[in-house]
Formats: sequence, structure tokens, C-alpha cells
Amino acid sequence: MAASPLSGSDSISTGSISQTASPLPRIRMKAPSRVADRVFYAVTCICALGIIVIVGLIVYELVIHSEITLRQFGWKFFTGTNWDPVSGDFGALPFVFGTLVTSFVALAIAVPLAVGVAVYTTEMCPRPLRASIAFCTELLAAIPSVVYGLWAMYILVPFLRTRVDPFLIKTLGWTGLFVAPDYGISLFSASVILAVMVIPIISSITREVMISVPQNQREAVLALGATRWEMIRLGVLRNARAGILGAIILGLGRALGETIAVSMVIGNNPQITKSLLAPGHAMATVIALEFSEAATPAYLSALVEIGLALFLVTIVVNAAARLLVWAVTHRMPARAHA
Amino acid sequence: MNQLATLAGTMTAILVVAPLLAVFAYLVIRGAGSLSWAFLTKAPVPVGEMGGGMGNAIVGSALILAIASAIGIPLGIGSGIFVAEYARGPLPKYVRFIADLLNGVPSIVIGMTVYSVVVMRQKHFSALAGGIALGVMMIPTITRTTEEMLLMVPQTVREAAYGLGIPRWRAMVSVTLRTALPGVITGVMLAFARVAGETAPLMFTALGNTFWNWNVNQPTAALPLQIYLYANSPYEEWHRLAWAGALVLIVLIVGTFTAVRVISRRGVFQGAQ
Repeated sequence: MAASPLSGSDSISTGSISQTASPLPRIRMKAPSRVADRVFYAVTCICALGIIVIVGLIVYELVIHSEITLRQFGWKFFTGTNWDPVSGDFGALPFVFGTLVTSFVALAIAVPLAVGVAVYTTEMCPRPLRASIAFCTELLAAIPSVVYGLWAMYILVPFLRTRVDPFLIKTLGWTGLFVAPDYGISLFSASVILAVMVIPIISSITREVMISVPQNQREAVLALGATRWEMIRLGVLRNARAGILGAIILGLGRALGETIAVSMVIGNNPQITKSLLAPGHAMATVIALEFSEAATPAYLSALVEIGLALFLVTIVVNAAARLLVWAVTHRMPARAHA
Repeated sequence: MNQLATLAGTMTAILVVAPLLAVFAYLVIRGAGSLSWAFLTKAPVPVGEMGGGMGNAIVGSALILAIASAIGIPLGIGSGIFVAEYARGPLPKYVRFIADLLNGVPSIVIGMTVYSVVVMRQKHFSALAGGIALGVMMIPTITRTTEEMLLMVPQTVREAAYGLGIPRWRAMVSVTLRTALPGVITGVMLAFARVAGETAPLMFTALGNTFWNWNVNQPTAALPLQIYLYANSPYEEWHRLAWAGALVLIVLIVGTFTAVRVISRRGVFQGAQ
């Protein structure tokens, strides 16, 4: 009666251990379910390997179909400035120039805004508004490219041409970057619409990275007597540096490949100019516009080679960005600011 | 400095939300007037004639998206299950990485590849080719979301399923996947909304069509393609139709996106706190 629960269970457990000294019986699975398991594994494995096969197929097809100009021009393809399909002379430098310029100017506009919005929604904003502003920023990513192009062509470009560009010509014209005449359809307009399209990507990843900075970093800086802005700067942004860089590079990757919206506002003129207000051209745009008109095999091969270059560049950019973001967000807590 | 930073933060928030509101506002202003039942059910008419609409484009888009879903959803969920459940060795990591790379490939490059693989071999454009291109674009998004959702299923649920003595594949499908199903459906809807608005992959695969088409092996109209064509045209009437079409497209896509976010209550709400 007075046996304590402990002693009672002791006796039961020792009894059971001494009685069942033999190991547990091996669980044998029935043959059909083993086959089904193997089949299921094989099916999912094929799906996963299918992704690798698809990427390999893309590379293969791009290389095969650009052989003609790869052999004919070699590296001169990307340094020549004369794009003359009629006479068979293909120089892709104007497109490379246009893509790089629009992407980097778009980043210059988008990065302050995107990082600013991310900082605002995670640290500064009054709590009730946080979800709505974050949602609005992500909604920007849901709008299709063709709708951006339509809006940019008929609303943004006239707005830029009448309000913004004259101001830029007057104040920054001395740099040579903003020179009249300006028709609205220009490298600058393409950069602005690209910036709008790239902001949600940069801002959502920046927010993710900022949230992964542990709370004790913020508290430590505040305990030293910092203001809220100093806390953000020293406690959060400094730790999230690599991740924010990764977010920016991801945005760059998206800007490099954007086709439709850019094709509607960039002017489609393969020239290299110093002025951002002049019409230009871009790699993805020329493929979209001229692919269906490529009558000769050399013409088609030239366009596919531009596609191959675009593919390789976006692969490298995206790989670098993913590695950077992974390096920051997987290693939590972040290291102390150094 | 602190107040300056707060002011700058507020300004950037306004500058970022402004284009969104501007896009929606102008879509409604320019497009709502042209929306009508005729717009949604009629095919285009020659320039200069009245009436006409984008009915064939809406139907064509639905056809192409159905094919894309039939390709993208099984492959995507299968890959997601593989990466999440059979996590042995380095293979899942590589698959995840390559899925992310595929996600970043420009849509025009995918269109070109499907052109050379499918259209050049078949010697004609088709909705099937368009569906393949869009399906390929759906796969990485669905893979990643499925994997994330499956990893969020607690290990105890899996162990309970195994404890029932059912085969491993059955446990995975009927218990783990079913537990993660709402999240997986979210991912599928997000991928669907994303490719519904894509134009570039369809330019060399489905090509577009001014007539009604139910045959998968024929060039087919698609809503984004039609908007692109009309926006770049010199006719006022077509510009009006482009705005209306864009409004329809936006309502469908942003509606899906909003519904998904509101229902799932993750990402935005968790991330903002």
C-alpha cells in the first residue's frame, strides 16, 4: 500500500526488461508496398531530375542554334556596334549597352526606395500600417509586365517627358547625361519602369534578411544609448549587409531579363549614346522584336546568341545573389558587427 | 538625424505605393469604359468596324494555362516532395539551387528554347507549345513552395503516420501532403497568377490568333499577347481595347494574388511583425 509509485514502477520495469530480453521482432513490409515505395521514389526523383534536364536542354538548344554566328564572329559579336541584318553584319554592343545602362540606372533608382521601404515597414512604421504597406509592395510584383508596359507607354512616358525630363535637362544637362531632344521614349523611361518592377523583389528579400537579424543585436545597440535610426543603421543594416547586397543582385537579375515593358518604352534604336534621354535598345528587346522577322539562318543565329549571352549572365547573377542571401539568412544569429 | 530618417522612410513608402495606385487608377479610368459583355465574348473585328472584343484571347489564355498547369503542377509538386522528403545526400540541395536558377531565366529565353524544341520540330505554332513554355516557368515556384510547406509539417505527424503501419508512399501522400495541402495550393495559385500574365514566352510558341480556336495544335490567342499587340498598334480603338484587356487581366491576377495572401495569412503578415 505504502509502496511508492517509483518503487512500484521499478519492479514492473525491471520485470519487463528481464522477461523481454529478446530484441523486438523485425517489421517486414509486404512486397507490393515496397514496389510502390520504389515507384513513388522513382517518380519524384524523375520530376526533380527533370528540372536539371530542362536547364541543360535550354543551354544545349541555345548553343546549337547560335553556332553560325559563334563561329563567324567569335568575341567580335559583342564588341561590334553595327547591327545590320541585311548585309549580315551583326554587332551586339548597342544591345549590351542598353541592357546594362537601363538595369544599372533602374537599380540606382530602385535600391534607395526598396531598402527604404523595407526599413520603414520593419522598423519605423506604426504597427497597424505594416501589413498593408508590405502587401502593397508585394502587389507591385503581381502586376504583369505587359500591363506595366501599357501604363508606362501612355501614362508614365508623357509624364516624364513633360514634367521630369525638362527639369533634368535644366539641372543635370551639364553632365551630358540628360540632353535634349527628348521624345519621352528613352533609356531613362525604360530605367524608371524597370525600377518600379524591381522594387518589390529587393524590398521583400531585404525585409526577410532584416527580420533574420536577431533581436539582441537591436537591443544591444539601444542599450548603448542609440537613437532609433542609429539602432537601425548599426544593429540591423550592418548585420544584414550581405543579404541586402544579395537582394540587389537578384533585382539586377530580374532587370536584365525584362523584355516586354522595356520594349514598349525604350525606343528600339540600336545606338550607343551618352544621353539617357535618347532612345536605345536592349538584348531581350531585340530578341522579342526581331525573332519573327529573322529570315536568314545567320540572323536567327545572331538572335539566339544574344539569348545565350543573356541566359549566361542571368544565371551567374542569380547564382551569386542566391549564395549571398543564403550565406546571411542561414547563419542565425548573425555575427556581431565587425 | 533620427527625424530625418523617419521622414525619408515615410517618403519612400509613399513613392513606392504611388505607382501601384497610379497603375490601378489609370487602368480603371481608361479601361472600365470599354468593358462590356460584348468585349468579353466576341472575337476581334477589323480596324474601323465597331464592336469586337477579346473573347477569343480570354478563352485561348484559359486553354494555354490549362496545358501549363497540367505540366507544371505535377512536375513541381513531385520535385517538391523529392527535395523535402527524400533529403539524402547533396542531390536535394542541387535540385533546389537549379530550380532557383530556372526561376531567374528570362522568359524570352524559355520561349526561344520551346520554339526550337517544339515549334521547329512540329513545323507549326500551337497552344501546346505555349502551354509547355508556361508550364516550365511554373515548375520552380511550385517546387519551392511545396518543399517549404512539406518541411513545415511537424515530424510527429509523419511518425504517427508511420506508426499506423501504412507504406511510406501512402504516408507521404495521404498524411504529410494532405497536411501541407493548403500551403501547396497557395504556391500553385501564386505560380498560376505569375504565368497568367506572361507575354514573352507565348510570342514564338502560341503566336496569337484573331479567331476562335479550340485546337491545341493551332496558334492560339492569349490575353497578354493581345494586349501587347494592341498597345503597340497605331489605332485608337485598339488602344481602348488594350486598356480594357489589361483591366481584365489585372483583376484576374491581382484578385488571385490577394485572395491567396488573405487566405494563407503568412509571408506578409508574419514578415511585417
